[in-house]
Amino acid sequence: MSIWWLMLASGAITFSIRYSFIAAEGHFQPPGWFRRLLPFVPIAALTALTAPELLLVQGELILGGANPRLWAGLVAIIVAAVWRNTLLTIGCGFAALLVLQRF
Amino acid sequence: MPILFGVAPFGVIYGVVALQSGIPALAAMAMSSVVFAGSAQFLLAQLVGAGAPLLLTAGAVGLVNLRHALYSASVAPLLAHLPRRWKLLLAYLLTDEAYAAAIPHMMAVKPNTPQFAVAHWILFGSGCGLWAGWQLSTLAGVLIGTQLPPNLGLDFALPLTFIAIVVPMIDSRARLVAAIAAGTAAVTLAAMPFKVGLFLAALAGLIAGAAMPRSIK
Repeated sequence: MSIWWLMLASGAITFSIRYSFIAAEGHFQPPGWFRRLLPFVPIAALTALTAPELLLVQGELILGGANPRLWAGLVAIIVAAVWRNTLLTIGCGFAALLVLQRF
Repeated sequence: MPILFGVAPFGVIYGVVALQSGIPALAAMAMSSVVFAGSAQFLLAQLVGAGAPLLLTAGAVGLVNLRHALYSASVAPLLAHLPRRWKLLLAYLLTDEAYAAAIPHMMAVKPNTPQFAVAHWILFGSGCGLWAGWQLSTLAGVLIGTQLPPNLGLDFALPLTFIAIVVPMIDSRARLVAAIAAGTAAVTLAAMPFKVGLFLAALAGLIAGAAMPRSIK
């Protein structure tokens, strides 16, 4: 039984967090500095999600050849910067990972 | 769309992990609809398996999902003109991946244009796609049962997709600084419990980017 209560509580908390600012919009006037932060949300949040995936292997910082995901990720970053194409970026990143994992 | 390939392995693994933690199949499935948050569901399954108290587990879920408040603040001005039922629906669908896929397109739409009035359909579309993918992959995991599928490296599609989304958005020095600050902080703070480090790292990126003087942007 308690798993269902836990589920409801977790769902309610998650939804409240996601709804918070959407609901408050128009009901309060956020300060100017707050508005200036917002354009950086996608870059900051998504980089924070991605960087540990590339740089950490099971919680350890590994920069050498033992971390093929880092090098495949760097290939993807270069491809994304030059061609700005989603599928090409993912394709090259995977291809680089496959090649690097053979060594 | 490629983001779905990145999400699917996590959904399958979540289904398997949930069963291993002693969560009934029906509850594991319902969790994907009621909570609909990948990393929080993993944490839930682990804590349930470890027999953690209900309040602590729910609190941990809140901490893991704190970063979604940033997404909420980010899309709020773009959804301000919508009726409440739209706001409720889009808030429910506001996951990392749906936000990531939709936000570059939504931010490209100028206010007071005809496109602005329909920009929320972008988030609705990516949200629905992710929702369906998450439910189906959870179902697959629950059906597979207690044996983990082989790791094909497909989970790497998620960081690759985020790279494909973020890198083209870095068009100023301030944005580059925001990315470097957030990435460095995320790696440094990765050991913090309940992914609090992720939230703090995102904040660090916001502040670093906004603190850059306008003259050298």
